Amino acid sequence: MSATSTRTHRRDFLKTSAAIGGGLCIAAYIPELAARPLKNQAAVVPFFIPNAFVRIALDDSVTIIANHSEMGQGIYTSLPMLLNEELEADWSKIKVEAAPVDAAYNHTVFGIQMTGGSTTTPSEWERFRKMGAMARLMLIDAAAQKWSVPASECSVEKGVVVHEASARKATYGSLVAAASQLKPPTDIPLKDPKQFTLIGKPVRRLDTPSKTNGTAQFGLDVRVPGMLFALVARPPVFGGKVVSFDASEALKIKGVRAVEQIPSGVAVIADRFWPAKLGREKLKIAWDDGENAKLSTSQMLADFSKQSASPGTIAKKTGDPSAALASAAKTITAEYDVPYLAHAMMEPLNCVVDLRADSCELWTGTQFETIDRANAAQVAGLPPEKVKVNTTLLGGGFGRRANPASDFVVEAVHVAKVAKAPVKVIWTREDDLAGGWYRPMWHDRFVAGLDAAGNPTAWTHTIVGQSITAGTAFAAYTINKEGVDSTSVEGAADLLYGIPNLQVDLHSPKIGVPVQWWRSVGHSHTGFSVESFFDEVAHAGGKDPYELRRALLANQPRMSAVLNLVAEKAGWGKPLPPGRGRGIATHFSFDSYVAQVIEASVEKDGTVRVHRVICAVDCGRTVNPDIVKAQMEGGIIFGLTAAMKTEITLENGRVQQHNFYAYPMLRMFESPEIEVHIVPSEQSPTGVGEPSVPPVAPALANAIFAATGKRVRRLPIRASDLAGEREVKS
Amino acid sequence: MTSFFLNGKSVTVDDDPSTPLLWVIRDSLGLTGTKFGCGMALCGACTVHLDGNAIRSCVAPLSRAAGKHVTTIEGLSSDLSHPLQRAWIEVDVPQCGYCQSGQIMSAAVLLKENPKPTDKDIDEAMSGNICRCGTYSRIRRAIHRAAEIAVEKRAS
Repeated sequence: MSATSTRTHRRDFLKTSAAIGGGLCIAAYIPELAARPLKNQAAVVPFFIPNAFVRIALDDSVTIIANHSEMGQGIYTSLPMLLNEELEADWSKIKVEAAPVDAAYNHTVFGIQMTGGSTTTPSEWERFRKMGAMARLMLIDAAAQKWSVPASECSVEKGVVVHEASARKATYGSLVAAASQLKPPTDIPLKDPKQFTLIGKPVRRLDTPSKTNGTAQFGLDVRVPGMLFALVARPPVFGGKVVSFDASEALKIKGVRAVEQIPSGVAVIADRFWPAKLGREKLKIAWDDGENAKLSTSQMLADFSKQSASPGTIAKKTGDPSAALASAAKTITAEYDVPYLAHAMMEPLNCVVDLRADSCELWTGTQFETIDRANAAQVAGLPPEKVKVNTTLLGGGFGRRANPASDFVVEAVHVAKVAKAPVKVIWTREDDLAGGWYRPMWHDRFVAGLDAAGNPTAWTHTIVGQSITAGTAFAAYTINKEGVDSTSVEGAADLLYGIPNLQVDLHSPKIGVPVQWWRSVGHSHTGFSVESFFDEVAHAGGKDPYELRRALLANQPRMSAVLNLVAEKAGWGKPLPPGRGRGIATHFSFDSYVAQVIEASVEKDGTVRVHRVICAVDCGRTVNPDIVKAQMEGGIIFGLTAAMKTEITLENGRVQQHNFYAYPMLRMFESPEIEVHIVPSEQSPTGVGEPSVPPVAPALANAIFAATGKRVRRLPIRASDLAGEREVKS
Repeated sequence: MTSFFLNGKSVTVDDDPSTPLLWVIRDSLGLTGTKFGCGMALCGACTVHLDGNAIRSCVAPLSRAAGKHVTTIEGLSSDLSHPLQRAWIEVDVPQCGYCQSGQIMSAAVLLKENPKPTDKDIDEAMSGNICRCGTYSRIRRAIHRAAEIAVEKRAS
């Protein structure tokens, strides 16, 4: 999901969320604990719970309730940092717990409980600080009342309220009962950022210890009493159906309990994972492949290119591009292709379900709690409030665990219905890679017109690819009345370069391959195509690619700053060792500005070596600069894998990639040196998880051009396209 | 019945001897720090030590472990004191963390055999372990740091 794409709707959303946020201060609490009597029983009050996001215990421990999922992006550290900046508890006493599903935890912009669109920090920047400040004010009031001194004379330090004049002190834990008697304040002033002591510091992650000794619990690690294990045999072609199946051999495997048909295929239910897997291998299933049995990647590539020759629905038009192209001194055109991509999180999908007559409990690593609960409730035949969702740590998400249809959750509830016992449904790597919900294939065709001086005066961009949000509940916010899905054209229609005549148009073919948001969404193709073509335009006009960007970003001070910083740090224009080329790219996404320079070389056999990646980012104020750096590093590796390694292809409707041998990830020996430079900023925080992905592929492709004179227009980069002897440039 | 030593303790299981050790450790013995990623020895998430050697437990049958010593991430130290754990925390290596048990178990064998590895040694020893979050540069840094910590530990 993209923050940028929804920006036009944000104002409407904000109206609603302001109401939610306003009421929250008083109304929000933790549902399970709400039933406990907190008043008039001071002696047994175990916790001070000022709001839904923090709980303070008698032993001074502070539990932060995280309403966003931890999938590696560090929010189980940065959300506590926001809250504790104002709470000022002892940082060593902070613990984090995943929130249950409740309206109190809805995303402040999107209105549902979810994690995505690089929005956690931007959307919680104010709320989490307010929740911390609320708690602090109440603890101070509790102490002041106890001591009969004015609250204004009290201060706090590391979880202790202090009244200096009388030398009295009280720990937060000792104030639990008294603070629980108080009403939350309505006026909650926040610190001036100049007073920040935690925000902006490279605080170590709270979850690292548990991730180095095996105690971190992911969905796959959940175990509930009496739990069975299940694997599902799904159709080999998307949309296929079971005609009949023979389970006799599968049922002979020791440990296999049952084989049952469910809407998505045939479930093998066993005592353990392994017999379920062996059982599934023994199933004999006759499939009806349905209408997608002829889908092929090569046909789609040809169809997309053909379609791009005529303009689609206008997404953006300024000036008169046709006239400007007609009068241009020079025109250039190019077409780019990127493939379907799987998210390939290291932890394969899984979901544990305990379904009872009047309740349903789920354990899974999800990015979409509200939607999963609603979809699970529908299958279970229960009202949503009877479905409890336990969010575990996510072994990677990248968008896959934010499925609008809740595919992996809904399927697990169906399995639980037939298993008649608590059950864990596990996907294998093969299931994951061939299971669909990919980043769409995209085709981008450009025409640019240059004036006699080599400056671009016209730019047209025709995009072909499936809409991610069509047919989902999100379409109301993402697809305009003309039919343009903003997530298809983001990064293209909002081009920052000052080109006077611009047109971006879109074809959205309907294809039976399920597609979904994948780290950086539409930007994952527009970053590559726009920044590669811009490089072509610069060379066609005899301009230096950095200098032309600089000139056309003159009215974009924040992007200019990251561009200039990356060029300086990379030594743009300085000599490189023989055979090496330098490529540059910028991209604005999720309200953040990123520029990268990559140094690469190409061996005789076409093997690409990435030597160095320099990245500059302006993501507003940084909550934790080391986490921002880690996200930039990770996004760069993610982007390099997409640029150099991976594609999902279909033949006769069948996915051709089934495990990492055919869908290879970048590995340690291929991993370059990465330098990240953060532009200091006093603006509000913007996205961090995704914005480093889009510029990677074009920076690399532009570096390959600089090194070899060969232009990469199709991802992943193929050694066979680059092989051969060449003059070594220096 | 198959018996072996898991993190120093004798264990006996009734799983079929052809069952991959990974699933015996996770499902039958309940230690879930060792992860499932691919089932084909391609990603390294399931790396454990068998008599001190790094193996991919997703393809190693239980029978191979009979009578031998298996060490998992839970057995590396009881208190996060192993130099690799200390270095991992100092450098803040993990993101999602799912692959890190396997990364650390591979690195542990590397450091045991080569207490002062070069970048190239690290690349060679660690290239069987995939990290989708892209923590490679921090893993490299943390292994160098762990090598230093081990020296400091021996000196003190």
